[in-house]
Amino acid sequence: MSDQTRIVAEAVVEEDAPRSLGRDVWDQFTRHKGAMAGTAVFLFIVLAVIFGPLIHTIDPTYSDFRARNQGMSWAHPMGTDNLGKDMLAQVLQGGRTSLLVGVVAMAIAMFFGTLVGVLAGYFRRLDGPLMRLTDLFLALPILPLLLVIIMLFRDTLRSTFGPETGIFLLIVFIIGITSWMQTARIVRGDVLALKEREFVLAAKSIGTPAYRIILRHIMPNILSPIMVSATLGIATAIITESALSFLGLGFPSDFPTWGRLLYDGANFMTITPSRVFWPGLVLSLTVLSVNYIGDGLRDALDPHIRGR
Amino acid sequence: MSDTLVEVRDLRMYFPIYKGVLRRKVGEVKAVDDLNFDIKAGETLGLVGESGCGKSTTGRAILRLYDPTSGSVSIDGTDVVQLEGNDLRAQRPQMQMIFQDPQACLNPRMKVADIIAEPLREHSDMSAEQRRERVNELMDAVGLARRFANRYPHEFSGGQRQRIGIARALALNPKFIVCDEPIAALDVSIQAQVVNLLEDLQKELGLTYLFISHDLSMVRHLATRVAVMYLGKIVELAPRADLYNRPKHPYTQALLSAVPTPDPTVEATRKHIILQGDVPSPAKPPKGCNFCTRCPAVMPICKEVEPTFKEHGAGHFAACHLLEQDQSEAGELSQKQAETAETPSQQGETT
Repeated sequence: MSDQTRIVAEAVVEEDAPRSLGRDVWDQFTRHKGAMAGTAVFLFIVLAVIFGPLIHTIDPTYSDFRARNQGMSWAHPMGTDNLGKDMLAQVLQGGRTSLLVGVVAMAIAMFFGTLVGVLAGYFRRLDGPLMRLTDLFLALPILPLLLVIIMLFRDTLRSTFGPETGIFLLIVFIIGITSWMQTARIVRGDVLALKEREFVLAAKSIGTPAYRIILRHIMPNILSPIMVSATLGIATAIITESALSFLGLGFPSDFPTWGRLLYDGANFMTITPSRVFWPGLVLSLTVLSVNYIGDGLRDALDPHIRGR
Repeated sequence: MSDTLVEVRDLRMYFPIYKGVLRRKVGEVKAVDDLNFDIKAGETLGLVGESGCGKSTTGRAILRLYDPTSGSVSIDGTDVVQLEGNDLRAQRPQMQMIFQDPQACLNPRMKVADIIAEPLREHSDMSAEQRRERVNELMDAVGLARRFANRYPHEFSGGQRQRIGIARALALNPKFIVCDEPIAALDVSIQAQVVNLLEDLQKELGLTYLFISHDLSMVRHLATRVAVMYLGKIVELAPRADLYNRPKHPYTQALLSAVPTPDPTVEATRKHIILQGDVPSPAKPPKGCNFCTRCPAVMPICKEVEPTFKEHGAGHFAACHLLEQDQSEAGELSQKQAETAETPSQQGETT
């Protein structure tokens, strides 16, 4: 009997079509409940931010002075601010900037972090200089640095790219350039350990050139720490942008972002709590959902966990 | 006699030791010190010795996974020590390696088919279809079911993983394979399977092996000639039967006496040579003969002069002062023998 079942089982396995990596990863990802919930929430926020202004058609910059400091109502689902601007419209508009800043700044930070980490870990000669550079960046006091950079470059960038694009590029660049160090350190440590593994030696004995060893053998194996840093990175980037806007260093006041909205709303918290509540809630939900997605992705990309 | 495929001359591999704040070089670990040997096409040279004596380093230096300090290694006529960059890469297909730890030598994120196909991707311009065909052939050759092609290494047992490693090494039809303790990490029952597989492949494909191992009985089974290493040097190199029946170097004798015999009555009466002390550090090898600190038959000369690696009898090389003495005495004897038995061919039959 058991023999028979085994034969049947083997026959079933035999018919297995070659599975693609993407399919495997997707199967495992969908099995992670937290990740699926995170994806749903994140997708909802992204879609709302992209298509919301088409449904909720109030202009976020339009001031209706007869409806100032209003609470939640059908006309203004999230209330209005002290200038009578609709909060929902502002949250939606601000979400576009905040999310874009988060994703782009994270991408920049991941790129530099991974590049520096891999080079420092794999090539012994570069290790010293690159890690000292990382230490240097870690030792820089971020806020004074930001102040100086913004002071120096805001006007030049504004005049070349226009006020919004200019400040966007500046903020994204600043956040990216000041948050790659943690990733670089984690990646370097992992690469150092991986480089001594025998499969890398095996690849060398085959004659695989260094850059392909890095791409084929090292990168896939350091994907999970990068994944984790990336999701945390999106969250920190959004929060840093909020902090910058909160300090009044980010986007101009007529250009809403979630951080800007919080900053402006904090003074009116006692009159209209909804002005702080809603932007804060979307911000937290975004960060949380991105973290869950990262968690699920990391599990899905690890063949040891996959299939369990 | 068949042609020489691999020729190792004066191979030295020293690892520098850095110390202090300024990372100054304070010495070197002589992992491999002045090796000379040949491997003939189609044979298996067993390389044995205790851990830390430089066996694996030798294997890796021969394949240029390390850059040797000096010396030359010519494989099929090309000196691989002198090659750099693309020239070296072009030579890679003919020399491959099978690794000790079948778990560690396979990338956990790659599927078996991709692992075996990696050398094909690097060194041939086969289409994806041709590669899959070749991977299937290789999996058949090493006895892996084709349906495993899309699995990950962690889904296999140790023996199966080692087969994957062997299939990868075979992918480019190499002439010479360094087997770096391929069976050390395996179960005894699986060891036999893998060794038999290696033997079968050698017969079918005419492979030449450098078989590194500390398992003397396995080497006896597989090797045509055996080299014994101690502290970075080869102390004795001889055809298999000769080495196991008439070991000349005291270290080889001690090593062989440590191999257990299956028969308990024989085992009980057998004399073990137990070496005292530890292997000296390869960073500070003793003066004279490397083995002089532990040798049961040590003489004053051993602590002063390094013995030379010389031929003592047909194809039987050893480096020991004892043998030199014997030879000077035996020299007279063999002269007398030569007088009685006139032709060398007759002598060959008797030995």
